[in-house]
Amino acid sequence: MSLKSKLHKFKVKNKGKKWLPAFSAIHTFLFLPDETTHNGTHIKAADDLKRTMNTVILAMVPCLIFGMFNAGYQHHLAIGDIQALTGGFFGAEFWTFDNFFVGFWKILPLVIISYGVGLGIEFLFAIIKGHEVEEGYLVTGMLVPLIVPVDIPLWMLAVAVAFGVVIGKEVFGGTGMNILNPALTIRAFLFFAYPTWMSGDKVWVHGAVERAGTPDAISGETILGSLAQNNEVTHSIMDMFYGFIPGSVGETSTLLILLGGLFLIFAKIGSWRIMLSSALGAIVMGLIFNWVVDAGVITESSKFYGLMSTTWWHHLLIGGFAFGTVFMATDPVTASQTNKGKWIYGFLVGFISIMIRVFNPAYPEGVMLAILLMNVFAPTIDHYVVQGNVKKRMKRLKAKTA
Amino acid sequence: MGLLSKKDAKLILDPLADDNPITIQVLGICSALAITAQLKASIVMTISVIFVLGLGNVVISLIRNIIPSKIRIIVQLTVVAALVIIVDQVLKAFSYQLSKELGAFIGLIITNCIIMGRFEAFALGNGPWKSFLDGVGNALGYGIILIIVGFFRELLGSGTLLGFKVLGDPIAKTGLYATGYENNGFMLLAPMALIVVGIIIWVQRSRNKALIEDH
Repeated sequence: MSLKSKLHKFKVKNKGKKWLPAFSAIHTFLFLPDETTHNGTHIKAADDLKRTMNTVILAMVPCLIFGMFNAGYQHHLAIGDIQALTGGFFGAEFWTFDNFFVGFWKILPLVIISYGVGLGIEFLFAIIKGHEVEEGYLVTGMLVPLIVPVDIPLWMLAVAVAFGVVIGKEVFGGTGMNILNPALTIRAFLFFAYPTWMSGDKVWVHGAVERAGTPDAISGETILGSLAQNNEVTHSIMDMFYGFIPGSVGETSTLLILLGGLFLIFAKIGSWRIMLSSALGAIVMGLIFNWVVDAGVITESSKFYGLMSTTWWHHLLIGGFAFGTVFMATDPVTASQTNKGKWIYGFLVGFISIMIRVFNPAYPEGVMLAILLMNVFAPTIDHYVVQGNVKKRMKRLKAKTA
Repeated sequence: MGLLSKKDAKLILDPLADDNPITIQVLGICSALAITAQLKASIVMTISVIFVLGLGNVVISLIRNIIPSKIRIIVQLTVVAALVIIVDQVLKAFSYQLSKELGAFIGLIITNCIIMGRFEAFALGNGPWKSFLDGVGNALGYGIILIIVGFFRELLGSGTLLGFKVLGDPIAKTGLYATGYENNGFMLLAPMALIVVGIIIWVQRSRNKALIEDH
C-alpha cells in the first residue's frame, strides 16, 4: 500500500475527530486527496488556493533574502565595520556571509513567530468551528516579517499576529471574508501599540536600540524620516532603487519588488491594474506637490518642504510604497473585484499614500494607512461600478424597446 | 433577594447580562469609548449614571400621567439636565481634579441614549418603584461593561489600576517591565475600546446562543 492511500485510510478511520482538520491541512499540502468526484462534468484547475498562495510567497522570497543581507549590511555599515558599497547591485561589500548571517539570525525568528502564532490560531479556530483549515495565513505569515523593523521584540510580534488574525480575520468568518488586509492590520496594531519600536531613527538598523545612549550609539534614519525633518538625504537614487537603505526588513529593494510584481502579473495572480493605477495615483499626487513647491506656495521654512519638494518619481522608490502596492494592495480578498473598481481603488491607494506621507510626518508610512482605508471602501467602489453598469444596460434596453 | 419579588429582581438582574444596554441593546457606546481609558473614570461615570438614571426614572414615572405626550421629550431632557447638573456640581465641589479629567463627558450624560431610552421604554408606562429598579439595573449593566473595559484598557494601556502601578514602573524598569514588557499604546485609543466591547459581545453571545440575532 502506498503512503498516499495509507494516509487516506487513516483519514477515513478518524472521521469526525476534532483534530482531523489539522491533519488534513498538512495532508493536502503534500498530496492530492483520494476522495475525488468521479461522475459528472467538473472543471479542473491547477491553481487552487494553496498554489496561489505559494506563488505569492515565491515572489517574496527574493525580498526576504535581500532583507537578510541588507539587515547585516546596514548594521555593519552603521558601526563602521565596512565601507558603503560601490559598484552597483552586485557590490562586493553587500553580498557577504557576514552580512547574511547577522540578518539571518535576526529575521528567521520573525518568520518562525509569524507562522507559528498565526497558523496556530488558524488551526485552533478550524478545530473549534469544525471546518477545514484555511490557507489564508500562508501569504500573511510571509508578509509580516517583511514589513516590520528588524529589531522588533518577538513577543510584540506574537501579540500583534494574534490580534491581527483573530480581530482582522477570524471574527469576520476567516479567509476570504476579511475586510482589512490581515498583514497590514498586524502592522497597524504594532504601529499604534508600540510606536517607539515602529518609528523614529533607532529601530531600522539592527543594534541601534541597545546602543542608544552609549558612546557607540548608531542611528539609522529612513529616507522618509530624514525628509520629514527637512534633512539632507545621503543615499543616492540607485541605492534607493536597489534597496541599500534602512527600512523595514523586506521593503527596501524596489528592484526586487518590481521583479516580484512582474512575476505575479505573469502568473496572473497579482492585478496589474491595481499596481499600475496605484503608481499613477502616487505620481499624480507627487506632481501636485512638486507644483505647489514650484509655484512658491510654501517656502523652505515650511515643515512640509522636505517631503513636498521630493521629486515626484522618488516617492515610488522610498518607503514601503512599492512593497505595499505590489504585495498588499493587490490582495484579492480586500481589493476591489471589478476591473473598473480596481483602477479607482489603486489610484486612490497611491494618491492617499503620498498625501498621508507628506502631510503627516508622524505617520511616514502612509501606504499602510492608505491601503487599510481603501480596503474599507473597496466594496463601496464595487457597488457603484456594478450599479453604473446596470444603469447603462437598462438605458440600452430602453433605447432598444422604445 | 428577599426584599424584592421575583419580577422586581428581574428588573435589576436582566440588564446586567442578558439584556445589557451596551452589549445587547447597543446603546451608550459613545461614552463607553470615550472615558474608559482609566478605571477610575469608568467607576465615577457608572455612579453618576446610576444616580441620574435611577432618580430620573422615578421622576418621569411620577409625572408620567401629566406630561403632554407632544412635549414629553423636552420634559425628559429637562429632568436629565437637572440631575446631570447636580452630579456635575457635586463632582466639582468634592473632586475637582476628577471632574476636570472627565470634562465634558459628565455633561454629555444628557445625551446618553440609555437614559432617554429607559424613560421612553419603561418609566412612561410603569410605577415609580419599578422604574427605579429598572433605572438602577440598566445603569448597573452599563457600568459593568464600562468597568470591564476600563480595567483592561488601564491595565494593558498604562500598566496601572486606579492609578497604582500594578505592573511595576515603566521608566525605572521594575516588575514586569524588567522582562522587556511594554505598555500597549493602542489600548488608550478609542478604536481599541470599540474592539474590547466587541470582544465582550462576542464572548457573551458565544456563551449564550439565544442572544445571537437571526438574519
